[in-house]
Amino acid sequence: MRKVRVKVNGGDFEHEVEPRMLLVHYLREELNLTGTMVGCNTSNCGACTVLMDGESVKSCTVFAVQADGHEITTVQGLAENGNWHPMQTAFHENHGLQCGYCTPGMIMASISLLQENPDPTEDEIREGLEGNYCRCTGYENIIKSVQQAAGQTS
Amino acid sequence: MTEAPERYVGGGVPRKEDPALVTGRANWTDNIKLPGMLHMAVLRSPFAHAKITNLDVSAALEQPGVVAAFTGNDLADDWAAAMPCAWPVTEDIKMPDHWPLAKDEANFMGDAVAVVIADDRYTAQDALEFIEVDYEPLDVVLDMEEAIKDDAPLVHEDLETNTSFVWPLEVGDVEGAFEQADVVVKERYIQQRLIPNAIEPRAVVAQMEPTSDGITLYTSTQVPHLVRMMLSLVTGIPDQRVRVVAPDVGGGFGSKLNFYAEEVLATNIARRLGVPIKWVEDRSENYMATIHGRDQIQDIELAATSEGKILGLRANIMADMGAYMQLVTPGIPILGAFMYCGVYTFGAYSFTCTGVFTNKTPTDAYRGAGRPEAAYAIERIVDALARRLDMDPAEIRRKNFYEPFDEPTATPAGIQYDSLNLPLVLDRVLEMADYEGLREEQRRRREDDDPVQLGIGFSTYTEICGLAPSQVLASLRYGAPGWESATVRMFGSGKVEVVTGTSPHGQGHVTSWSQITADALGVTPDDVEVIHGDTATSPHGLDTYGSRSLPVGGVAVHLAAQKVMDKARKIAAHMLEASEDDLEFEGGKFSVAGSPDQNVTINDVAGAAFGGVNIPEGMEPGLTADYFYDPPNFVFPFGAHICVVEVDTETGKTRVRDYFGVDDCGPVINPIIVDGQVHGGIAQGIAQALYEEAIYDEDGMLVTGSMVDYMIPGAPELPNYTLDRTVTPSPTNPMGVKGIGEAGTIGSPPAVINAVIDALEPFGVTHIDMPASPMRVWETIQAAKNGGDA
Repeated sequence: MRKVRVKVNGGDFEHEVEPRMLLVHYLREELNLTGTMVGCNTSNCGACTVLMDGESVKSCTVFAVQADGHEITTVQGLAENGNWHPMQTAFHENHGLQCGYCTPGMIMASISLLQENPDPTEDEIREGLEGNYCRCTGYENIIKSVQQAAGQTS
Repeated sequence: MTEAPERYVGGGVPRKEDPALVTGRANWTDNIKLPGMLHMAVLRSPFAHAKITNLDVSAALEQPGVVAAFTGNDLADDWAAAMPCAWPVTEDIKMPDHWPLAKDEANFMGDAVAVVIADDRYTAQDALEFIEVDYEPLDVVLDMEEAIKDDAPLVHEDLETNTSFVWPLEVGDVEGAFEQADVVVKERYIQQRLIPNAIEPRAVVAQMEPTSDGITLYTSTQVPHLVRMMLSLVTGIPDQRVRVVAPDVGGGFGSKLNFYAEEVLATNIARRLGVPIKWVEDRSENYMATIHGRDQIQDIELAATSEGKILGLRANIMADMGAYMQLVTPGIPILGAFMYCGVYTFGAYSFTCTGVFTNKTPTDAYRGAGRPEAAYAIERIVDALARRLDMDPAEIRRKNFYEPFDEPTATPAGIQYDSLNLPLVLDRVLEMADYEGLREEQRRRREDDDPVQLGIGFSTYTEICGLAPSQVLASLRYGAPGWESATVRMFGSGKVEVVTGTSPHGQGHVTSWSQITADALGVTPDDVEVIHGDTATSPHGLDTYGSRSLPVGGVAVHLAAQKVMDKARKIAAHMLEASEDDLEFEGGKFSVAGSPDQNVTINDVAGAAFGGVNIPEGMEPGLTADYFYDPPNFVFPFGAHICVVEVDTETGKTRVRDYFGVDDCGPVINPIIVDGQVHGGIAQGIAQALYEEAIYDEDGMLVTGSMVDYMIPGAPELPNYTLDRTVTPSPTNPMGVKGIGEAGTIGSPPAVINAVIDALEPFGVTHIDMPASPMRVWETIQAAKNGGDA
């Protein structure tokens, strides 16, 4: 077992975990942060995307121990004082989700995308989200969501 | 009470489902943690076909944290019946025994062989390594045409054949039509095998209910009510003691319209051990052990006059069942049988489907389920006919369309379409796409020998959905009825609870049913709560599949709300001391015609109904109504699509540049949701046309065994969708509505492939199979250049 100290959604946590424990399982099982989900276990679908020190990572291919000393933000840490992040609002207003299973990962990846490129073209958004699969929406409304959020944050 | 505006139906009410989903507060099955819960892992056969000569779990049991392990023989006494197939399509259909765990033979790679129960999922998974299994590999059969030969290896030796059934249909004088014909076009199409890929893998939690000796099963399913029936059948637990809950479900696309071994196993073991059992599928298991879609060979012949008038159609289909029958496996191609004639009217049609066993994952419903296959075949061969006669693909379609109609009309397949107006949607899409402009650009590129060629592909489709009239289902030997139920309850507060038997997993029923109810009762959608997906709170239902939820379930909600209003009107008349006939209802208020000051609100009426005092003498208190709606016919959404592709003839890469669609699903409840369904549907059709294919090697190993190897399109691979709608109400139901969940997936694959072939016309290419991958396109071009038939 290894000790992990990590800041998640603003709170400090310390746990003894198996070295092989995936970050996504740490978040879900130890911290009960079930807003981050597993879709593929192979780093393809992006459902488990979270921010580590502000950059998007797929938490199914990061060990919890690799997060030691780092800061993690999940979809559950986005709202401030009950106010949604503009990306959450944009997904809602543009019908950027249907079943919602890919949505937390898609929102986190989109936030990370705008941090790197605050004013992306449509093609840049599409390329930027290539690591996140959505099986419901056909992506158009996701792209519109990111464009709306970009308009508000840039 | 909030003042209700005129109407919510037809408006883009933002989804009520979203707040939980965008903030990470949804309730997925994998979130469930119950006291004492243990975890199940499943050992699966690595062979496509093998005798199990030795199976020993004792070493696994010795691992720390392992609580139990079971083989098929260990659990056999817990099974009152084998895994059921609810759609035995013919009287003499051959179906193998299908047990939740293989007893002595594995018949496909991924067939469940044994399970381990442990403290956590990592430990359970690790312990699988310690199960000793000796497999004696048997010959495998993977190709349907090989499988039906006399000397083929048998998937199930006791059946003595790999042919499960032959299902024929013949209407009109087919032979005569082909004799009369000036032109006969004959083509073979391959519907490749697809993997549905709901982003949420399946998950199950089974919990014993000690007081009733029953079970509660949480499962990521589209069909909690069907699962309850099937679970009762297989476990022998009476269904009144079986509660099935579908929590939030992360997509299904047909793959969760099923009943799976793990649902039985978790139930059996929870009862044996007296603790809750959880199983969560990983993606590689999902690829092996959750159903696949499509996998058909279609031999199609079309007879026509030299003017392009269709006279008759023959469809001869082989459908791969895989190794076992899942819930409705054999019924999928049969659902398509009625749709091969598409939107064209002619006199003679024959269809034969041969269902074949192979050593592969069972197939079953995948978005569209039989109808995408049918629409693809007819839309491809109509294009082939146009090519043969050197006609424009739009014109040949127009020539064979039905005249517009709005009352049930007989089709060559012997069913009745409800309402169609094809010229309207075709004209609209031609205009939207600037068809003439596109052909001009295409001419230019051809003249310039542009390495990137433009292709324009059509699809004019209809599809059969709104499953279904119970009588028709029974006549097709389907094992469940097709009604849907709803309950509408108005509380004394004026707030409303709607109970639906549909089970949404992304379709937004909570929002749409709230809109329907709000309009009927004169309240707002926020005044309405929709309850679904739990057989304890929604005991009557037949769930969500086959684009049935709105045209059957939504209509049931509407009719239940009307029943509530009938009673409310009586109470209002009593309160106003007026005749019911003199009452008007608007904006949530009953008023006496001509005297608007004499009024009571729906809230007043709800209060009176609850109070039980100020109501007509002898009337039951309360304001609640149930409705079981059994539709008299299916519904048939339709549309016209144009796909515009750019094909790089040097690399073979196809890009969908534009996608135009004009769809008609009758009156729309929520245009935002309908557009979303069409987007996603088209995307899955493009995925079949250009990208996806489940591939097995010669030993029956699934080569595309993970998302690394199976090409799911991401955002860069898909276009924007330019959509419009026409509104042709259905005479089938009182709302005039048709389903829209599968229409895009049904309409789009032929539009894409017709576009690719159109782009390659200068090379003489007349055929390409799906998926039209860069390699396949490039090879097709090379073959055509070398004079060979592509």
